[in-house]
Amino acid sequence: MLNLDNIHRSDVEDFLFQEAALLDAWQLDDWLELLTENAQYMVPSNDEPNGKSGETLFMISDNIQRIRERVVRLKDPQAHAEFPRSRTRRVISNVRITDWVYGDQPAVGAQANFVIYRHRRDQDIRTYVGSYQYILEIRPEGLRIASRTVVLDAFELGQMGLLSFII
Amino acid sequence: MSQEILPEAFSSEFIINNPAGQDFQVNRRALADPKVLEAEMRHIFDTCWIYVGHASEVREPGDFQTRSVCGRPFILCRDSQNRLRVFLNACRHRAAVVCREREGNAKSYFCFYHGWSYNRDGELDGIPGRASYPDSFDAKKLGLAEPPHVGVYKDFVFVSFNPQAQPLEDYLAGAKEYIDLIVEQSPSGRMEVIRGTQEYDIRANWKLLVENSFDDYHLMTTHSTWLNYMKRSGVEIKKPERGHLMPAHGVGKALGNGHAVIDNVNFRGRPVAKWIPLYGEEAKPEIERIRAELVDRLGEARATRVADTNRNLVVFPNLVLNDGSSITIRTFHPLAADHMQVRAWALGPVEETPKARAIRLDSFLTFYGPGGFATPDDVEALESVQKGLATYREVPWSVMSRGMSKVGEQLNTDELHLRAFWLRWHELMAPSFEE
Repeated sequence: MLNLDNIHRSDVEDFLFQEAALLDAWQLDDWLELLTENAQYMVPSNDEPNGKSGETLFMISDNIQRIRERVVRLKDPQAHAEFPRSRTRRVISNVRITDWVYGDQPAVGAQANFVIYRHRRDQDIRTYVGSYQYILEIRPEGLRIASRTVVLDAFELGQMGLLSFII
Repeated sequence: MSQEILPEAFSSEFIINNPAGQDFQVNRRALADPKVLEAEMRHIFDTCWIYVGHASEVREPGDFQTRSVCGRPFILCRDSQNRLRVFLNACRHRAAVVCREREGNAKSYFCFYHGWSYNRDGELDGIPGRASYPDSFDAKKLGLAEPPHVGVYKDFVFVSFNPQAQPLEDYLAGAKEYIDLIVEQSPSGRMEVIRGTQEYDIRANWKLLVENSFDDYHLMTTHSTWLNYMKRSGVEIKKPERGHLMPAHGVGKALGNGHAVIDNVNFRGRPVAKWIPLYGEEAKPEIERIRAELVDRLGEARATRVADTNRNLVVFPNLVLNDGSSITIRTFHPLAADHMQVRAWALGPVEETPKARAIRLDSFLTFYGPGGFATPDDVEALESVQKGLATYREVPWSVMSRGMSKVGEQLNTDELHLRAFWLRWHELMAPSFEE
């Protein structure tokens, strides 16, 4: 069984690849299964990449309730910004385990680089580049996302326009 | 204030205004033609007062923020005496920008190209090889240039490129009352821009965001997923009364000089000060405390005015102050006829507790911004309009007559406030029509 002593980069990598596949396929309910019951999903504003939610204005700062509501919204054809849905393709690399958290609930901190291409009909391809920062809990059923922070490299969102999909 | 400021009936290539016939139409070319944008840069953006930033963004001597406004690079800063200053960010030698960082604290502004430097007061105080300049060279006249006018109203900083600009307070007209309603939320009357900027482009004409920012007619269909989210979280969304489209009463008002507002009875949460279940049980005492302070300081009637109404204000031409789920300052500049750059900030009272600040920022994200539950659908609507506008030669006119048959009060879902914007736009643009 996976534990803090035997976890390897490739375990995290496999998990992140699987998550990316679910998000690109818009299997959002399946994606929710990868989250803990207290999960957080955050995207800080471009000019405050190290900002603290609650003190600085983020673009997304969801607790688990709002993550679930976000999925409800995205599955509704009335979520106009994602209807018709954009097509996304995520390329994930440079995966690293950065922290080993011992305690009642073992967890690792992990980082990865990403490039996401987002396509919509009659629009330029929009490219999102940045770093994922995760806290992944090691559960009997496997890794689960406790925290997921998406830090964009760009100085402003600019031509990317929106974060209407799960980035 | 709610009666429409109606000029005589007229029609031009851009607007048909016929109050007697209850007809108002806008020609779609105004939203699509690059030539119109060229004229707007001169007749609107170089004529009006334009928002640059907020005094709270620079606090100490030497503090600066650089930003582009009306296509020009600016430095918003505090000088050596801690006075608020606005400089054009261009070296007097060859025009290179003298401050290339986003923000910070400067001892001087240094142009690396040939080494000219300026002190915090904008004076030219460093010129390598000065001896080679002839006697006619006068360094005193070569300080960083300033726009013809800089004006500040309750810490909101504006510039005007118009040498004949009227005083800012006169220009703001009825919009001042609505800025006051925001500022009064701070016990000391001091609000601050919270760190973190949302900057994103919309592929649409800038005037479409003006319309959208205070158009409640679109709320029920464009934002149904947001309304569902509110409902599911425990907010009561009442069935609209007869003749209404919204869950609560709200009016549209023209405020003079093209400024206008929608002024709505609150039905959703407000950091100052209406608790909703989304804020969490533990936030209740904090919101109650804020409310009590407000009543204590302003009296029951004024506190109710401040805390129980939501107001979306457009300060002509391109500043939006939305005071609803949170307060947002939003300003936008055209990059092309079909492309704009949007910048948005959150604003809060300086004395807000960390708990109240967290509620404010969380509440902001329920609705606003590129990852919010509502703004993305606004952006989609605007971009969708812009695509459709390619048919402007075949279908030239958009009807904007909602509410015109009414005497007196106009609803937030009527279009008086949109007409007020367009009438001012027309008045300022008229000299360009004969060109």
